[in-house]
Amino acid sequence: MVSYIWFFLIGIGIIYSFLTGNLNAVNDSILTNGTKALELVMSILPIIVLWTGIMKIAEESGLLKKFASVVEPFLSKLFPDIPKGNAALGFIASNIAANMLGLGSAATPFGLKAMSELQKINPKKDTASRPMITFLVLNTAGVTLVPTTVLALRIAHGSANPSEIIMPGIIATFCSSLGGLLLDYIIRKKGSKL
Amino acid sequence: MNILSKIVIPLFVIFVIFYGFYKKVNIYDAFLEGAKEGLIITFNIFPSIIAMVFAINIFLDSNFVPEVLGLFKNFFNLVHIPLEIMPMALLRPISGTASLAIMNDIFITSGPDSYIGRLASVLQGCTDTTIYVLALYFSSIGIKKTRYALPVGLFADLIGITVAFLITSLLF
Repeated sequence: MVSYIWFFLIGIGIIYSFLTGNLNAVNDSILTNGTKALELVMSILPIIVLWTGIMKIAEESGLLKKFASVVEPFLSKLFPDIPKGNAALGFIASNIAANMLGLGSAATPFGLKAMSELQKINPKKDTASRPMITFLVLNTAGVTLVPTTVLALRIAHGSANPSEIIMPGIIATFCSSLGGLLLDYIIRKKGSKL
Repeated sequence: MNILSKIVIPLFVIFVIFYGFYKKVNIYDAFLEGAKEGLIITFNIFPSIIAMVFAINIFLDSNFVPEVLGLFKNFFNLVHIPLEIMPMALLRPISGTASLAIMNDIFITSGPDSYIGRLASVLQGCTDTTIYVLALYFSSIGIKKTRYALPVGLFADLIGITVAFLITSLLF
């Protein structure tokens, strides 16, 4: 998928500039690109490192687990198909908790474990089950309380108030999760035989 | 809203550190260990950032966006959406690095505190790369038929992006 996008962007860019005689700009772009990428990495690096450091404290002190256990009761309502006491729910809670706190790298292993637990109770092994889809909708909506990379880039580019986008972001994610879950719920209710 | 935005991070940091201290975790060592992981993460995404910045910049510098998408300028003006944000909104669900590269470009040209800069910031933070996550999670357990997962995921993205537009134009 990403290969296609990559091909599409480069292909369109170069062919279009050929056609419009704008090759100079693209030539410059190719040659100066590396520096831009390096600057981008350098500006997000400090905050990512700082934040993963802070979050490691949250992980080792059991705060992440505690947070997950707060989320869990709400989650069990969203996943009626998961039997009570199944390990999947705990992993899902940890995944959501880690995502919320901007700990993407810690979230992924939890998410993969949740998927393999869900696969154990999946009657058709090659087909996505309903709880799997609900989980992924929740996961891809990506509820994040602290968008570290965005903050880092805003700071690097001299924003007067880098964190002003946090609350609007939270509201947007919240609506997106809610909308996704609602549609998922409707599909589950309507097509329960699917 | 502004004060709330400002208070989230300091409050969070003090809470985490306090809790760690209270639970007798060696907070300094834990921090260093986590920071080391962060360094590795950043180095791991470096190649994909180079790749995406490369492709995105060729695409943007070819002037394809203002000249071809510009044909629909009247429509975008009508709904108060800046044209330059469209590639980012379209690429957000597919590649986080691609949209990051576009956001970086928007910050360079218009600054992070411009309307479009804020819009890009909210967009980047408000949703995850749906298509990538679906591919990763489903392939890890050998699921071939993903049923309605992708449409629902993209629908959620659409709502997130729409709300991001609405809220940015309302607040700023």
